[in-house]
Amino acid sequence: MVVVKAVTCPVCGSLCDDIELTIEDNRVIKVKNGCAMCEAKFLGYNGEHRILKPLIRKNGEFVESSMDEAIRKAAEILAEANYPVLYGWSSTSCEAIRVGLELAEEIGGVIDNTATVCHGPSILSIQEVGIPSCTLGQIRHRADLIIYWGSNPWSAHPRHLERYTNFSEGRFQKSAWRGYIAKIRALIGKKKLERAFKRIFFKREISAPPHLRREPPPTLHKEERKLIVIDVRKTKTAEMADYFIQVEPNKDYELLQAFRALVRDQELDVDEVAGVPVEYLEEVADVMVNCNFGALFFGLGLTMSSGKLRNIDAALSLIRDLNARTKFVIMPMRGHFNVTGANTVFTWQTGYPYAVDFSLGYPRYNPGETSVVDVLLRGESDAALVVASDPVANFPRKAVEHLVSNPLIVIDPHMNATAQMADIIFPSAFVGIETSGTAYRMDHVPLPLKKVVEPPNGILSDEEILRRILREVRRIKGEKAG
Amino acid sequence: MLGFKIKFEISRRENITHQGEEMVEKPKLKVTLLTGRTIEQGVGKEKGKMSKDYIENVSVCYMDPEDMKKLGIKDKTNILVSTKYGSIVVRALKSKRAPHPGKIFIPYGPWANAVTDPETHGIGMPSLKGIPAEIEPAPNKPVLSLGELLKQQFRKG
Repeated sequence: MVVVKAVTCPVCGSLCDDIELTIEDNRVIKVKNGCAMCEAKFLGYNGEHRILKPLIRKNGEFVESSMDEAIRKAAEILAEANYPVLYGWSSTSCEAIRVGLELAEEIGGVIDNTATVCHGPSILSIQEVGIPSCTLGQIRHRADLIIYWGSNPWSAHPRHLERYTNFSEGRFQKSAWRGYIAKIRALIGKKKLERAFKRIFFKREISAPPHLRREPPPTLHKEERKLIVIDVRKTKTAEMADYFIQVEPNKDYELLQAFRALVRDQELDVDEVAGVPVEYLEEVADVMVNCNFGALFFGLGLTMSSGKLRNIDAALSLIRDLNARTKFVIMPMRGHFNVTGANTVFTWQTGYPYAVDFSLGYPRYNPGETSVVDVLLRGESDAALVVASDPVANFPRKAVEHLVSNPLIVIDPHMNATAQMADIIFPSAFVGIETSGTAYRMDHVPLPLKKVVEPPNGILSDEEILRRILREVRRIKGEKAG
Repeated sequence: MLGFKIKFEISRRENITHQGEEMVEKPKLKVTLLTGRTIEQGVGKEKGKMSKDYIENVSVCYMDPEDMKKLGIKDKTNILVSTKYGSIVVRALKSKRAPHPGKIFIPYGPWANAVTDPETHGIGMPSLKGIPAEIEPAPNKPVLSLGELLKQQFRKG
């Protein structure tokens, strides 16, 4: 039995690096410090849906094949394709992404990472407006106002609050953990009481308190760390917040611009914006201006809803305005553990963070044209390679329809919806469990991923599989060139 | 022979009235579809995208209890969610954090994406949140399994 300390968790963009794993007989048997997703990954990764042999579709059915045969077939498909798409990359190591980019250049394809359906609009806005940001360590030690906008870290980044924001014990900022525990207990007690009332006077509904028009509580002006959540629905994170603003769906842009006006001491001649009374917004703007160090984290609530990149433009501009009055930073809540790494490696290799088109022989970047969803919607691709991703589950139906009509090669440790539609599947080792590598945290801090157990027999890493495909593609092209 | 014909006629008529009744009974509700993460979906996806945990947690729709009353459905009844881009049967669950009338929530996954908006507005990003939708009770329609869903939508797999 071995205990491995300081393991980096390969699940979300928080990339917690304090995980302790107990290993016995080449198996992880205990996870310490991890969240529910981290535990599910380390304890359950080797479950029944693991793929252990390369599979090739023959007459509609998957048939096991040798690694060499699968590599040859995949290389043939990619070498012959005119306009292949290479998609995924956010759940693998920077080292594998580097080989993927080399492959994309070799075959003249479009290479795109999951940021394209995630924080792609954020990247576009950052390129236009710029981003005042910092590392998560600075926020942990100094920030006295945290705002989560269109993001639910309790579900998507479960330890974000505990490690980097309100529940972390910083050097200059105390943890707000105890206060929140008391608050949650009170809330649960209240719910129980309501249920009891309901039982006594059955059928008489006790309505939940309306959140839409709840005014800011006095605690919003406390000295300690404060938490404000702005979202279209009341999430668990919202429940824990000192103040929750429920914005009407697709109205984030209006609310952001209203805050910009208020921060610049301009008056609004309307009663409410996006369903929130202006007087409450004035109070919140006051809290923003009067903090010493504020941090705004935004999620896909801003990038996926109406306005998309313009929402982010407004959010970045709001932070710029706030920096004239106090110190404020902003950061996107990146989802996959190495999506930031994918953007970083793409940028240092090609000059562009995602949606890179090599079909003309040099990298070209024009999201909306060279982004994978648009290529698929126009029906232009003629082959696809998906690495460590599940676009069939996560793209809109119309885009998937063209993707699955292409010869589809999938590299993934697990069976998933995309692998089910594949023509060739390569099983791969789990990065950060069975193979080492580098990943970038959401604040662009690179962290090493550890290899803690051996992969099953014959299972290679994403990097090795891609290298072999690349070598075979070069051999085929060399033969053709004579 | 005659007996058969009569029986056939009757059964056809029953069918029609049955259908007719259903048409009258079925209330529809216009809502805004939100998609996103839940911790259950996150845990499920790490266990495996084919795991029961994942599939059971992404083929659901969280609804405001008041909206459920308007549709005349109970917790865990199947509903049909339709948008301009498609329709899908999911299991309706009572939202734990109501009230949010007029808003329904489906976690990210193949079921949600059967009805999301592919429009990228020229920047590569489809419109995956805040989509106008219509819901109606579908107690007799089953929630498709992942295999059935893929077959139905893409005729492959």
